[in-house]
Amino acid sequence: MKKVLILLVLFNLNLTNSFSIEADVFVQSTVNRAAETLSGGLTKEERMDELKSIALDTVDIRGIGFYSLGAHRKSASDEQKNEYEKVFTEYFLQSFSSRLAEYSNPIINVDSKKKINENYTIVSSTLAATDKRPAVKIDWRIYTKNKEQPLIRDLIIEGLSLARTQKEEFNSIILSADGDINALISKLRDFSNS
Amino acid sequence: MLKKLLIISVLIFLQGFNAYAGSDGENTLNKKKTEQITKTRDCFEKLNRATFSFNQGLDKTLLKPIAKGYRKLPEGVQTGTSNAVRNLSNLITIPNNVLQGDVKTAFVNTGRLLVNSTVGILGFVDVANKIGFPKYEREDYGQTLGKWGFGPGCYLVLPVLGPSTVRDTTGSFVNVLGGDPWYNASTHGNNEFLSEGIYLASKGISGIEFRANNIESLENLEKNSIDFYASIRSLYLQDRENKIKNLQRGNLEIIFEDDNGWEEIENK
Repeated sequence: MKKVLILLVLFNLNLTNSFSIEADVFVQSTVNRAAETLSGGLTKEERMDELKSIALDTVDIRGIGFYSLGAHRKSASDEQKNEYEKVFTEYFLQSFSSRLAEYSNPIINVDSKKKINENYTIVSSTLAATDKRPAVKIDWRIYTKNKEQPLIRDLIIEGLSLARTQKEEFNSIILSADGDINALISKLRDFSNS
Repeated sequence: MLKKLLIISVLIFLQGFNAYAGSDGENTLNKKKTEQITKTRDCFEKLNRATFSFNQGLDKTLLKPIAKGYRKLPEGVQTGTSNAVRNLSNLITIPNNVLQGDVKTAFVNTGRLLVNSTVGILGFVDVANKIGFPKYEREDYGQTLGKWGFGPGCYLVLPVLGPSTVRDTTGSFVNVLGGDPWYNASTHGNNEFLSEGIYLASKGISGIEFRANNIESLENLEKNSIDFYASIRSLYLQDRENKIKNLQRGNLEIIFEDDNGWEEIENK
């Protein structure tokens, strides 16, 4: 009976392990997927659609959206939060795919990883140099609470956090409209429609 | 004597600004750290935004086309120019290494300057790098003031020169008040080879080189920002913060700088 129990536990353990994805493997596979999309013979529109699909699978868009809202989260009504979440997702996908679509064949190599706690692992990588720019160091903040589905929460490019930059950009827009979150929602909507 | 008085006045002014910035209630204390993170205030935002627009116009009509032309130069010329400009920056870095108490790095950088200026033909070849000197990190008087505990003061956008803070602008003044041996030799050196024009040209080349290295990234950032001014401000301030703390990539302090925001989302 004991043997059966041990076998069951080992089987269960093995099953759990087989579904968990290491953060560095997750980053490298995401990067490879994006590189494949960018170097393939797709039209610009097809490329953008594929990149959006990659972002939906691998980025914690909802989390980044609410993080970017900063202290204004507390003053937003539920209706505003729902609307913001909707327009932010559209904005993020548009912005993400547009930024990446400019690169023809980016080569990113994962250098190392560092587990911070149960929720976060930092993966360090390097975007290889081209004749137009030097090599760029990129650190990925990976949210690993759900081991089976890690998610990207921030990119730190040469020590500069994109999430923090976006948060400060959004804060500036809200403050210049006397704290009105609708001004940000409207700007995000305009961006997506442009 | 007058120069010293001027420096002292500016430093006092800066300290006053710092105290003012510290009393406006915008400072936040990250409870997980013992260190206080000071939010930089954009006291002159309206004027800064106007200057930013002016600089953008100047960039589009002058700097960016020149940077694009610079990029068409043979790679060897670009690398040599970049090396020579970086070699000159050692003249500011070394005194700042000393002022920050990092005498060891000051010696290393002095060795680097000597090797590159002689064997490296006035710095055009980075011989020091080839023979295994440690990676070069620039230092300036703004960083030293930061290291000494001076806050950034208000955020500023300077005409032509771009983003800065009261502290960093003060640091730049120290360069022309005797803190930059290259400036001193060029303008007051009493020799036939150097002049103020050469000094300004070296600074101009340094700016063009930076712009040439960032053509695509700045275009991309502008295209995808809903407030380009605020994005540049954030990136500049983050970069200065990292440089003052001498933080390297992957340093957890950078990545978890503003972790309370994420924690709140976690607990939602």
